[in-house]
Amino acid sequence: MQIKKRTNIKFNVPQQLIPLGILFILVITALIVARYLLVPPTFGELGHYRSQAIEDNLAHPMSYAGYYSCNECHDDMMELKNQSNHRGVACEVCHGPAAKHIEDPSEYLPDAPRDRGFCPLCHGYDPARPSGFPQIIPALHNPGHACIFCHDPHNPLLPHAPEECSACHRDIANQKAVSHHATLDCTECHVVAAEHLTDPRSALAQKPVERALCGKCHADDADASKGIPRVEMASHGQRYLCWDCHYPHSPEAY
Amino acid sequence: MSEKNTKILRRDFLKAASRLIPGGLLFIMAPGTQALLAAVEGKEYDPSEHNYAMGVDIHKCIGCGRCADACKKENDVPREPTFFRTWVERYAIPSEGEARVDSPNGGIDGFPEVKDDRDIMRSFFVPKLCNHCTNAPCVQVCPVGATFTSPDGVVLVDREYCVGCRYCIQACPYGARYLHPEEHVADKCTFCYHRIREGLLPACVEVCPTKARVFGEVGQRSSPMHRFLRLNDVTVLKSWLNTKPKVYYAGADGEVR
Ligand code: HEC
Ligand code: HEC
Ligand code: HEC
Ligand code: HEC
Ligand code: HEC
Ligand code: HEC
Ligand code: HEC
Ligand code: HEC
Repeated sequence: MQIKKRTNIKFNVPQQLIPLGILFILVITALIVARYLLVPPTFGELGHYRSQAIEDNLAHPMSYAGYYSCNECHDDMMELKNQSNHRGVACEVCHGPAAKHIEDPSEYLPDAPRDRGFCPLCHGYDPARPSGFPQIIPALHNPGHACIFCHDPHNPLLPHAPEECSACHRDIANQKAVSHHATLDCTECHVVAAEHLTDPRSALAQKPVERALCGKCHADDADASKGIPRVEMASHGQRYLCWDCHYPHSPEAY
Repeated sequence: MSEKNTKILRRDFLKAASRLIPGGLLFIMAPGTQALLAAVEGKEYDPSEHNYAMGVDIHKCIGCGRCADACKKENDVPREPTFFRTWVERYAIPSEGEARVDSPNGGIDGFPEVKDDRDIMRSFFVPKLCNHCTNAPCVQVCPVGATFTSPDGVVLVDREYCVGCRYCIQACPYGARYLHPEEHVADKCTFCYHRIREGLLPACVEVCPTKARVFGEVGQRSSPMHRFLRLNDVTVLKSWLNTKPKVYYAGADGEVR
């Protein structure tokens, strides 16, 4: 009897819950509507962002066509350049972005950098450039002429091998020039194959390996000019190579 | 009320709720299912299979600034010398004293001539760009989710949604972001996302004459990136911040920040 009575009140929700429930539903709907209005489409598909933004980024037009895209029509020039020292320099480095040119070669022609200011962006001397990279001092290197007057930009083959190591190692040459070793030739200490001057990486110059090299001039009993300071080879510096302590291109004695 | 009674009440409430909640859940989860479907449909490119990275070899950089120039041309970055997605810094470390760093117009017009290089012990160039951090501080601080890491590991900006609050610019430890003067949105390197997704190189890598910049995927064995990581002792900038950058440097000095 009692049990039955109790089941009768099963949907008799306590009075105080009704306004609460309505409030609850209102708040939830408000939140859902707010979310619907505020959160942009595609937000949250892949993460806390609009995945449409990826498509937006992809839609950006391309200006640079890429290294091999010129090959289709300028294969002769490509071939010429690729057997030269400029093989690593893409056409568009000098001619600028050329995607438009490829789309319609007659409508849009790329520029060519003919003035003297351009090449020194890469070839002007700067001690921060790696030693071995060909560098000139623009103010001293054949001033008054365009670089392309003498050098073919697509095949910058030199008319003859550089005479000075400073063509590619000016940083070292500059240091040596104002040091105690100013009078020494580079080849006094380095054995350099002729190919090193034209194709440097195929025949690297040798670096000294024995301290006897320095002893040629600096040993107590060396057959060299009297003014050269001498050391006792056996004890001075002991087991170290001389250039573990003295920079050979600018030796100091302190 | 007896215990049994409350149990029944509870069960009824759950029953009612079970009719409401799935609807709500469906509403909230709908976008997620859409993405799932899209992923199944778009089989050609699965971003989660890619993880892009860049390598920068300090020893090879000649500081010609062509990368900074090409970047501006490819990405319509304003030409004024305060806005860069990538730029080149020149370091000169003397035998004694502080390292000197300069980067006039990001290196685009070349660097001023060094009048006296005698006291320079060592000197080199450092190209810089967004590091596409795995733990990107800029992504963490963005209040609206307008900067994010794409599934293929590139940190991108949502230009539509960015409100230009500059938080991300402040948060970036590498100074890689700027506020676009016309569009008033944050802007920065995207690894040329529009190019790499087409299989092309980023513009800066495209024009680098000495392969000082290489680009590829971490984890893909046959890629210049893998060789770069295999051959070099690589570092990342400001590693102590635990941002986990995806731009790796070879030969970067401790002075480089
Ligand atoms: C679809 C064929 C095609 C492709 C691809 C192409 N070009 Fe050309 N290019 C031409 C034609 C045609 C001319 C015009 C020749 C003329 O008018 O004498 C031309 C002329 C040029 C010129 C000379 C402009 C001048 O002032 O005389 C340059 C520089 C050039 N192209 C660079 C490039 C570069 C760099 C690329 C690769 C990014 C490229 N081209 C790709 C067809 C092409
Ligand atoms: C180092 C910079 C440089 C590179 C790299 C370069 N060019 Fe040139 N190019 C020039 C310059 C400078 C001229 C202007 C030559 C002149 O006026 O004598 C030129 C001229 C041209 C011309 C006009 C025809 C001519 O001979 O005068 C074409 C076509 C051309 N380049 C295509 C190419 C293509 C294709 C490539 C890539 C394979 C390329 N260039 C790479 C600098 C470069
Ligand atoms: C974007 C950089 C860049 C530009 C611009 C550039 N070069 Fe070069 N140049 C190089 C590279 C890289 C090499 C190869 C150096 C090496 O092998 O180490 C090179 C090699 C050379 C060489 C060969 C030196 C040798 O010993 O064989 C000459 C000459 C030369 N360039 C002249 C020019 C001229 C002239 C221009 C302007 C039309 C020019 N370069 C523009 C990057 C550039
Ligand atoms: C009058 C002709 C002429 C002009 C103009 C000229 N060069 Fe040269 N350049 C040469 C010759 C010849 C060499 C061969 C090596 C030497 O004599 O030093 C050379 C060598 C070079 C080298 C190799 C390094 C070296 O010192 O040997 C580079 C790099 C170079 N030139 C770049 C340029 C650049 C850049 C310009 C323009 C600013 C330019 N050249 C203008 C004739 C010229
Ligand atoms: C055409 C440019 C060029 C000329 C000229 C040149 N070098 Fe080099 N040299 C290089 C390059 C490139 C390297 C390799 C740099 C590298 O890979 O780090 C190099 C490397 C060297 C090395 C280091 C080898 C090593 O094992 O690290 C020595 C020593 C050297 N050169 C000496 C000389 C001497 C001495 C001369 C003059 C007789 C000379 N070079 C002329 C381009 C040149
Ligand atoms: C007094 C002997 C001597 C002379 C002269 C000399 N070198 Fe060296 N050079 C050395 C030694 C020794 C090394 C090895 C240094 C080391 O490993 O610490 C070396 C290393 C080098 C290197 C490798 C890079 C480096 O700085 O260690 C280059 C490049 C080089 N020399 C170029 C030159 C050039 C160019 C000249 C001429 C301007 C020259 N050297 C003159 C003894 C000399
Ligand atoms: C061809 C002879 C010759 C060779 C080889 C040579 N030097 Fe010297 N060295 C000189 C001369 C000349 C001086 C300058 C003496 C003077 O200042 O009058 C000098 C000076 C020095 C000084 C003294 C600097 C000072 O402050 O007084 C040192 C240190 C030195 N050399 C180290 C070396 C080392 C290390 C090597 C081997 C890598 C070497 N030298 C190889 C000829 C040579
Ligand atoms: C362990 C470091 C070290 C090594 C290795 C070393 N030196 Fe020295 N050297 C010095 C120092 C420090 C001085 C200056 C103080 C002195 O005179 O002892 C000096 C001084 C010199 C001087 C100048 C002496 C004078 O009277 O002005 C010469 C020349 C010289 N060294 C040559 C060499 C030669 C050649 C070698 C290789 C056989 C060599 N050094 C190896 C550290 C070294």
